[in-house]
Amino acid sequence: MREVYLDNASTTRVGDKPARAAADAMTVCWGNPSSRHSMGVAAESIIKQARAAISAELGAKDGDVYFTSGGTEANNMAILGAARARRKNGLRVITSAVEHASVNDAFTQLEREGFDVVRVKTSPTGVVDLCDVANAIDDQTILCSFMLVNNETGAINPISDISALLHQRRPNAVMHCDAVQGFGKLPVKVSSLGCELITVSGHKIHAPMGVGALYCSRRTTLQPLMFGGSQQRELRTSAPDSYRPGTEPVPLIAAFGEAVRGLPAPAQRLVSIRTLNALLRERLASPSLNEEVNAHMTFNSDEACAPTIFSFATGCIKSETMLNYLSAQGIYVSSGSACSKGKKSRVLEALGLADSIADSTLRISFSAENTEEDVELFCEALRNGLKTLVRFK
Amino acid sequence: MNEVILIKYGELALKGLNRSTFEAVLVKNVRRAAKSIGPVDIQRSQSTMRVRAKDGGPLDEYADAIAKVFGVAAFSRACECKKDMTAICECACEYLKAKLLSVRSFKVESKRSDKSFPLKSPQISAQVGEYILEHFPNLVVDVHQPDIIVHVEVRDFAAYVHGNPDPGAGGLPVGTGGRAAIMISGGIDSPVAAWMMAKRGVELTAIHFASPPYTSERAEQKVIDLLSKVSEWSGTIRLFIVPFTAIQERIRDDCPEELFTVIMRRYMIRLAQRIARREGCLALISGESLGQVASQTLTAMVCTDAVSDMPVLRPLVGMDKEEIVRISRHIDTFDISILPYEDCCTVFTPRHPRTRPTVEMLEEAEAALHIDDLIEEAVSGAAKLWIGPRGRQ
Repeated sequence: MREVYLDNASTTRVGDKPARAAADAMTVCWGNPSSRHSMGVAAESIIKQARAAISAELGAKDGDVYFTSGGTEANNMAILGAARARRKNGLRVITSAVEHASVNDAFTQLEREGFDVVRVKTSPTGVVDLCDVANAIDDQTILCSFMLVNNETGAINPISDISALLHQRRPNAVMHCDAVQGFGKLPVKVSSLGCELITVSGHKIHAPMGVGALYCSRRTTLQPLMFGGSQQRELRTSAPDSYRPGTEPVPLIAAFGEAVRGLPAPAQRLVSIRTLNALLRERLASPSLNEEVNAHMTFNSDEACAPTIFSFATGCIKSETMLNYLSAQGIYVSSGSACSKGKKSRVLEALGLADSIADSTLRISFSAENTEEDVELFCEALRNGLKTLVRFK
Repeated sequence: MNEVILIKYGELALKGLNRSTFEAVLVKNVRRAAKSIGPVDIQRSQSTMRVRAKDGGPLDEYADAIAKVFGVAAFSRACECKKDMTAICECACEYLKAKLLSVRSFKVESKRSDKSFPLKSPQISAQVGEYILEHFPNLVVDVHQPDIIVHVEVRDFAAYVHGNPDPGAGGLPVGTGGRAAIMISGGIDSPVAAWMMAKRGVELTAIHFASPPYTSERAEQKVIDLLSKVSEWSGTIRLFIVPFTAIQERIRDDCPEELFTVIMRRYMIRLAQRIARREGCLALISGESLGQVASQTLTAMVCTDAVSDMPVLRPLVGMDKEEIVRISRHIDTFDISILPYEDCCTVFTPRHPRTRPTVEMLEEAEAALHIDDLIEEAVSGAAKLWIGPRGRQ
C-alpha cells in the first residue's frame, strides 16, 4: 500500500542528514558539552554550529537563541517568563482566542496568577484585526503574544504591524510570536517581525521531536522556569540564573541544526507546495466532485493563508470517521484538532464555525516531500469515502 | 532474615470435598502471578500457603501480585525463625522494629499448630509480650484495641512472626468457576463486570465489536488496555475483535430507527454466542445495569436474552453508577474507560430509542434483514489476540 502523509503540520519525517547528524552525536561525538575534556569541547562545538544555523535563519545574534525541549517549552518560557518578570510594570497581557494550547494554557496560568488576560477575537480564518489589538492595549500592558501561522487553518497574522503598534504605545512591553508553523517556510526574521521573543520547533521542519528554540533579544529579561546547572548560562552571564539549565540534548540539537542548514533557498521553499495547494483547492471545488457525491465542501482556509496548511469541511461526515476511513487506506490527514465525543475543538469554536462545519473539518498539511500524486490519491479516497460512509444528521 | 509470605484462604477452606482441587488451582494462580517477578517456592499445609522467593530477593513486588489473586482471603509478610522461644522473641523485636517504634499499644496473638511445642499459645503470647515490653519502652499492652497485633505461629517446620495481615482479593480462584465470555465495549461498566465474574472464579474470554471507520484504532487499543488491567486479576485473556460495521450499516438501512439499539444488541449476542461456544464458554457476561440507559430496561433485556441459548450474566444489574465507578477506580480501569473514543455502541445511536420493544416487534423487523452471510463473515473475520498484564502478548 502506498502511504500518503498529508499531516506535516503535526510532524514531519526526519530528514536523512539530520538523522545521521543525531546518530553521530550519539555514537561518535557523544560527550557532555559541559565537560572540560576534548570530548566535551567537541560536543559543545556541535551545539555552537547548530545555534549559528538557527540564528542565521532568524537573523539573530548567536547569543540570543536558547535551545528548549520544543515549541511548548519555548512558549511557556517566553510567556510565563516575560510576564512574571514584568509584573510590577502592569498586569495586562494580550493574545488571541485561537492560539496553540501551549500558548493558550500558559495565559490561563497567568490568569490564575492574577494577570489581566485579553484574548482578541479573529476573523473566521484566524487572523487578528489590528484595531482589536489597538483597543486591547492599555497603559498596563506588558506582553502580547500572537502566532505567525495558525496551525489549524494556515492563517497568517500581521506580526510586524502588531509589534510596531505595541512598541509605539508601550515601548517597554514585550512582543512574543509563536512561529512554529512558519519557521523554515515563511520568512521569520527578528528585524522584520519586530519581536523580542520568537518560538521555533525542530520537528515541523524534518528534525526530530523533542527540540525547539526560543529567540530572546538581548535587552529582554525573563524569569526562568527551571533552575539547575549552568548550561546555556554563557548566553546571558548578566542574569542571576541560566534561562534554560539542563544538559543539552546534543543529538537533537545537531539534527535541528542540520535540518535548518538543509532548508532550500527562501524563494524556493514554497514553490512546489503552492502548486499542491492550488491543485487541492481546484479538485475540492470542482462542481463534478460535489455533485457526484452530493456534498458541498466548505473551505476554512482562504488564499491569504500559508499554502502549507489547508482546512476544509465536508459538511456531512464526521471528521473522525473520515480520518479513520482514510487512515485504513494509508492516507494520513488530521481532523483540524482532536475533536472528541461531543466536544468541539476550542480553536474551531473560537473561529465561529457552525457545528456541522467544525465536526466535519479535515486539515491537510504539506511538506516539500509531497507530490501531485499524493493530492490525487487523497481526493480519490475522499470521493469514495463521501460515497460510502454514513452521514450525520 | 528469612522473609516469606503466608497466605490464608478463607472462603476456600469451606469447600468440603472439592477443597484440594480449589487449593491446587490457587497454588497455580499464585505461581502464575509471581512468575513475571521471579521463581517462588510454595508450600501448603493447614489452610495456609507459604510463599518464598527462590532467589531470596525482597518481597514487595510479590506481595503486590498476590494482593490481586482471587481466593486469597488475607496474607502477611512474615519472618521465619527457629522453633525456640529466644529466637521467636528476638525475631519479633527485630523484624517488626519499625512498626513497634511507631505505635503506642500492642498485643501478641499466638497459634500453635505443632502440638509438640512445649508452651501453649497463651504462654507463648505472654513471653513474647514481656520481651517486647522490655525492649520498647514506648509501648503498652492493650488486649482490646491494640495499634498492632504481633502474630506468632508455631507450625510443623518453623515458627513465624508477623504484624497485621493485609486483606486479600477475596473471592474464589480463577479457573474454579468455568469459563464465560465478556462483551466489552470500552466504557466503564464492562471491565468491572469482567472483574466481578473473575472474582467468583470464572475464566475470561473477551469479545469486542469494532466498527471501523466509525470507530478508531485507538478505541481498540483502549479495550486492550482495559483488559490488560483486568488480566492482572484474572490471568491472560483471549480477546476476539469482531468486525461489526457491515451488520450495523444493514440494520441502520433496513430496520426502524427507534429499534436500532436493541436489534444491534441482539446481533451482538448472536455473534458472541457463536464465538463463546466454540471457545468452551458456558455463559456470556454483560456490563448492563438496569435502567442505566434506554436500552438497558428490563424489557430490552428480555428482548436480547430471547436470542441467547446461554445464560447472560449481568453482575452489575442491581448496582448504581457510583458503585460501579468505585470498583473501576479500585481496579484502575476508570481513567482508561473515560477516554473519549467513539465505540460501537455509540455509532448510529437513534435519537429516540424505544424503551419497551417486544420480541414480536423485533422478530418482524429482523425478518427484513437477510444477513446470515454477514454474520458468518463477522465470526470468521474476528481477530484473535492474547492480552496479559503487559498488554498484547
